[in-house]
Amino acid sequence: MSSVKDWAAPNPVTENRGGIIGKGVDRYEGKLKVTGTAAYAYEVEPPSPPAYGYLLAATIAKGRITAIDTAAAEASPGVKLVWTHLNVPKQARRGERINPRSQRPSNPALAGDRIEFFGQPVAFVAADTWENARAAANLIQVSYAAEPAVLDFRASLELAEMPHGEEDVLIGDFEGAYAKAPAQIDETYFSPLQNHVQMEPCATTAWWEGDKVTVHTSIQMVKGGQHSLAETLAIPSEKVHLLTRYIGGGFGGKGQAYDDLVLAALGAQALGQPVKLAYTRQQMFQATIHRPAVSMRVRLGAEPDGRLNAFAVEAVTHCARSAPFVEHAANFSRNLYAAPNRLTGHRLVKMDIPHAGAMRAPGEAPGMLSLECAMDELAEKLGIDPIELRLRNEPDVDPETGKPFSIRQLTECLNTGAQRFGWNRRNPKPGQVRDGRWLVGMGMAAAIRGNFLLPAKAGVRIDGTGIITLRQGMTDIGTGTYTILAQITAETMGVTMDQVKIELGDSEFPPAPGSGGQFGAATAGSAAFEANMNLRRALAELAIGDPNSPLYGGDPTYVTFGNGNIAIENRSESLATLVSRAAPEGVYVEGAISPAADARDYSQHTYGGHFAEVGVDTVTGEVRMRRMFGVFAAGRILNAKTAKSQVTGGMIWGVGTALTEANVVDNRYGSFINQDMSGYLVPTHADIVDLDAIFLDEADDKANPMGIKGVGELGICGAGAAVANAIYNACGVRLRDFPMTPDKVLEGLMAKGL
Amino acid sequence: MKTTITVNGQARSLDLDTRTSLLDALREHLNLKGSKKGCDHGQCGACTVLVNGERINACLSLAVMHDGHEVTTIEGIGGEESLHPMQQAFLTQDAFQCGYCTPGQICSAVGMLKEAAENWPSWVTDDLDSAVALSDAEIRERMSGNICRCSAYPQIIAAIRDVVGDVA
Repeated sequence: MSSVKDWAAPNPVTENRGGIIGKGVDRYEGKLKVTGTAAYAYEVEPPSPPAYGYLLAATIAKGRITAIDTAAAEASPGVKLVWTHLNVPKQARRGERINPRSQRPSNPALAGDRIEFFGQPVAFVAADTWENARAAANLIQVSYAAEPAVLDFRASLELAEMPHGEEDVLIGDFEGAYAKAPAQIDETYFSPLQNHVQMEPCATTAWWEGDKVTVHTSIQMVKGGQHSLAETLAIPSEKVHLLTRYIGGGFGGKGQAYDDLVLAALGAQALGQPVKLAYTRQQMFQATIHRPAVSMRVRLGAEPDGRLNAFAVEAVTHCARSAPFVEHAANFSRNLYAAPNRLTGHRLVKMDIPHAGAMRAPGEAPGMLSLECAMDELAEKLGIDPIELRLRNEPDVDPETGKPFSIRQLTECLNTGAQRFGWNRRNPKPGQVRDGRWLVGMGMAAAIRGNFLLPAKAGVRIDGTGIITLRQGMTDIGTGTYTILAQITAETMGVTMDQVKIELGDSEFPPAPGSGGQFGAATAGSAAFEANMNLRRALAELAIGDPNSPLYGGDPTYVTFGNGNIAIENRSESLATLVSRAAPEGVYVEGAISPAADARDYSQHTYGGHFAEVGVDTVTGEVRMRRMFGVFAAGRILNAKTAKSQVTGGMIWGVGTALTEANVVDNRYGSFINQDMSGYLVPTHADIVDLDAIFLDEADDKANPMGIKGVGELGICGAGAAVANAIYNACGVRLRDFPMTPDKVLEGLMAKGL
Repeated sequence: MKTTITVNGQARSLDLDTRTSLLDALREHLNLKGSKKGCDHGQCGACTVLVNGERINACLSLAVMHDGHEVTTIEGIGGEESLHPMQQAFLTQDAFQCGYCTPGQICSAVGMLKEAAENWPSWVTDDLDSAVALSDAEIRERMSGNICRCSAYPQIIAAIRDVVGDVA
């Protein structure tokens, strides 16, 4: 196993002689996307005309199917099959595994008469057209015996239990220190259920050739999807060929397979014909995962100078009874501010609503709303600037573990942001800045998000024309994976971008863990880097051992790559010349990365500072964004353009979090009242004005050989809190219940007589 | 039902189920999959196409209603070797991430520019008597029917600005 120290040596990426690393090059697959020719899962052309599937969903939260009448559906025009739990082909029981190295267990569809959540698929129809499948599905009559269900989170907090296998983290004497603290904050913040609302609904196109199934599906984890399907069908993993070339947004919601995958595959097998199946938008809300609501109590005990002596973040959240998941909303706070006496932990309510799961920055995204607003409240109580309060609580080492930080530029993020944003123009007294009927205010918040490296592989081939093709079972969910892998490959091999091809999203390529948890670029990129370094070594050996090469007999330690050539000092030849002569079939090597043995000796994170200016309409209570600026430190940036798009996108998610986004559960039925994009409001063009972000120079040599870190989730962390704090600064209304919709703001304004 | 629609300049004769939306006719019958199905309810804008030069949500319109109409999809806006200036601007400004809303955004932007040139007012147009000046606020308002969950909104405005040029 390697040590992080091995990664500190200079290498082609950190030297960046070609200048490709960091450059804001256009997206590798960009032309396909702007011309509409990138084929997403439902759009892949199968080998023969497909049948169209449609799902019918349950209309109770909990209970049993007592009868299901499919006669009318079966007789409906064009219908090829109708499946319910009574006649769906046999699948492995939920949770079973037959392949020893499977990453995911069996996940059967239509598996029984039990209903565990509103929206659970209960029937599947395949027909000659989508219109016929939909019409037939709506002819199916389902009778249920409903049972009492836990549906209302806020009314069920007393059911909260310690999550399995967890315990609170207690350091020092929190209760004692808090009781004695001269300044105290004790507030509870609420973050609602949220939905990913990826633009592309989950979809699968499936067909069989002999005993092997090919599935094009929209999933963030290639191996996870392949293994899940193989286990469910109880076949060897290699009999499932899963492809996911382009994905119309994931954000964590496509980290797992849903019933479209297994039913398209089973349907195609039964019909001997390809099958296409997509979730409707409403099914995306009900029958995939959501971010659970979190109720967070924050207690801060501080000295008059603002130094924290007692610090507690306690989160209560929920998950589906049958699908354990914990939104670790307090975890981030363990690494953020210094305080000798600490308490953090989680409690969980098991409910009968759809499955809770990971959504962009799980933990931090709701969690930071609590602490970063509480810090604003403490700053006001003490009469200290909110930035200064944070700087006074900046730890020298990780406040919980005492480990050194790999690198920590939070102070620089906050100071740079303050200067660029014009923080000194903020009036600390709320409600003082008027613009007609608007009250205007500024707020800020810190951002922190962990950084991870997971095991991954990549394969790279050079052919006789000098074209270098990198293959990896990795995904690009809009994050820019294709592009950064092309940049890493071009820079490492000393070639131009147009000499590089990147092929992703295929279960038969060397595996990578996929997109999630902000680990994608560092993990997949590091494996790609190692593969390219191995290709350099292989080509050096090839040239030195070839009597026809000008490098013949040279010392491999002096071999360099650049301008498409391999060279030792002034002896050189092009890569194409070398390979076409000495290895006309091409050269293929693989590379792998895994976490360093001592990676956990460091506290490793990405950081940022958010700054927001809002206007609050004193007549309607509406909040409008006026400006937003973010400063981020996230290791070496591979592509200035795609990285910035990631963090500004995250910041805009923060705006949605603060102002509009909430899934409202119907406490009678366990459905979401707002289950489409006219009811669940994500930010639109008109909501986003003057929003920008910058990255600080950084290289984290404890992260991986290239010193890069993830950026995909950092932008949302804390962003909503900055907006909430700006609302308070604008109008003096302190809301702790997200999102801050006009009704809540107006009630606060009226209570203040404004 | 027999229907003839001119799609991207080519007359296409179809025999369609009357329940088939224009979006599904394009995607499933004419193999023009650039127009995307994001919500199928006219809420997201990913299916935006131009019908007789004006932008509509193709998911909210039955295909048989368009007999004799001229439809332009993203495939008719420009191809890989012949990018429309709006497509090039989206590429240059990184005005997309996952790419699923992108064809709709581009078709919508092209349609929007024509509406503005014809002095259609919007919610934020103050002066209804003068020519529409495409301020950023005008562009944002007129593009708000096209949701981008990756939230490339600042870059999309920058891309459209590249095509429009600065306004006084």
